[in-house]
Amino acid sequence: MQRIFPICLKDLKDYFYSPIAYIIISIFILISGWFFFSTFFILNQASLRDFFELLPITMSFIVPAITMRSFSEEFSIGSYEILATFPVKLNDIIFGKFLALCCFIFFMLLPTLFFPISISFIGNLDWGPVICGYIGAFLLGISYASIGLFASSLTKNQINAFIIGSLICILLSLMDKLLLFMPESVVTFFNYLSSNFHFQNFSKGLFDIRDVIYFFSIIFIFLYATNISLSYRK
Amino acid sequence: MIEVKDLTKYYNKFLALDKISFKVSRGEIVGLLGPNGAGKTTTLRLLTGYLKPTSGSIKVKKYNIIDDYLKIKAIMGYLPESVPIYKNLMVYEYLSYVGAIRGIDKKNLLSKIKSVANRCQIKDILEKDIGDLSKGLLQRVGLASVLLHDPEVLILDEPTTGLDPNQILEIRDLIKEIGKKKTVILSSHILSEVEATCSRVIIINKGKIVADGTPSELKEKYLGKTIINLSLKKANFDQVKNCFQGIEEIIAINLIEEKDDTLDIELTLKNDIREKIYNIIKQRDWIILEFSKKKTSLEKIFKEITTEN
Repeated sequence: MQRIFPICLKDLKDYFYSPIAYIIISIFILISGWFFFSTFFILNQASLRDFFELLPITMSFIVPAITMRSFSEEFSIGSYEILATFPVKLNDIIFGKFLALCCFIFFMLLPTLFFPISISFIGNLDWGPVICGYIGAFLLGISYASIGLFASSLTKNQINAFIIGSLICILLSLMDKLLLFMPESVVTFFNYLSSNFHFQNFSKGLFDIRDVIYFFSIIFIFLYATNISLSYRK
Repeated sequence: MIEVKDLTKYYNKFLALDKISFKVSRGEIVGLLGPNGAGKTTTLRLLTGYLKPTSGSIKVKKYNIIDDYLKIKAIMGYLPESVPIYKNLMVYEYLSYVGAIRGIDKKNLLSKIKSVANRCQIKDILEKDIGDLSKGLLQRVGLASVLLHDPEVLILDEPTTGLDPNQILEIRDLIKEIGKKKTVILSSHILSEVEATCSRVIIINKGKIVADGTPSELKEKYLGKTIINLSLKKANFDQVKNCFQGIEEIIAINLIEEKDDTLDIELTLKNDIREKIYNIIKQRDWIILEFSKKKTSLEKIFKEITTEN
């Protein structure tokens, strides 16, 4: 268990020593900021609805761009061979890397607090939905990170890992919007699978334990799949 | 220390290792030798637990690689070929990362890093980025990182590839020095390297062990013959031939050169009877200019047993 932290710490160092981390965080802030402020004054409402509305889509591209390195790079430079021969369990490696990604998502969301704080100066902002939305955003981010981690464990090519990860994330994000012409029962079923459906509950300020369970199930399934994919390499 | 039994590994349908068995005892430096693609790296990867064997067993001390893999990994140090380590970190950071992941507590970590840095002579580069290091320095950092937890078994995959001749000598000396206290298994396709560093050689070809023994044992077994170069003054070939005719250990006498009154010949002997030959020459009034045993290299053996069929 204590072996998780050195792995996590090393990955975090690796992210923040290279310029890629800062580029990705800047792109994230720019995109979400632009989408948010471009409609903010038109709607004339002191809420973060628009920011949260687009978050699943932005994250579908941003998160896999971070996670694509996790395993793919270790495979391609060969350091995975050293990592796998340390006296640690496979799950410790996976959790260590996942924990590092969770920290990264946290640091990525942190600067966006600038939006609600600046709004609260000019309007009457209800902080309840904002806090709830941020919890949802973090859960959404880390569940996408688990998807990206899985994609990265499949291949030593980072671009492929990014594409696979992005595709799965986009599919989960858009699932509820693709079901216009489906019968009611099918829609409810696929709605439950859609990450956007669960995340929008958070952004409305509804804290439902079922939505939390949904995100943790996604994380569990994809971390487990990562374990299988790595075991298969032996 | 290490016991390998009927180890077999298939990659899909490709047979990489075919029922190999060997034992390594404590304090040996064993060289795995073989042409490219013979199965050296596969053997090492199986020993370290990076790959799972298709069948067969590996035991290190009392531990079985499948059930007690964590215990085996804890007493083992493994350095893959070309030292794949993180380019973004500083040497010091990498060593502390390895120490932490190996469970060395913080109090001891600093002194351990200092001592391996001394041993591998990387004290001055601890604060450099790994990405900026030359190949030789990188190799030393790699060695330092596998020595950090004081492993009982060291496994090195082609530890000197890509180094310049001076660096090769340095790394070899370092490996010999390490091998005084620890069990070392290294792979190589360079014969002189194995001959210079290893106390025992295992030659692998096409996934099978074709020879196993100390370098001198192998030479005797596979070459069997002793070849002697003789250079004599005041002698002629016929005289010499007559003189040695009665000795049954001599297989052949070849004339290399006869110039003025000096004679160069080559004797092929069944076994080393240099004393006898010397005594015969002593009785004559020939003058010995050269009397030497021709060194037979592992190279010949290697070529002979890996190019069959």
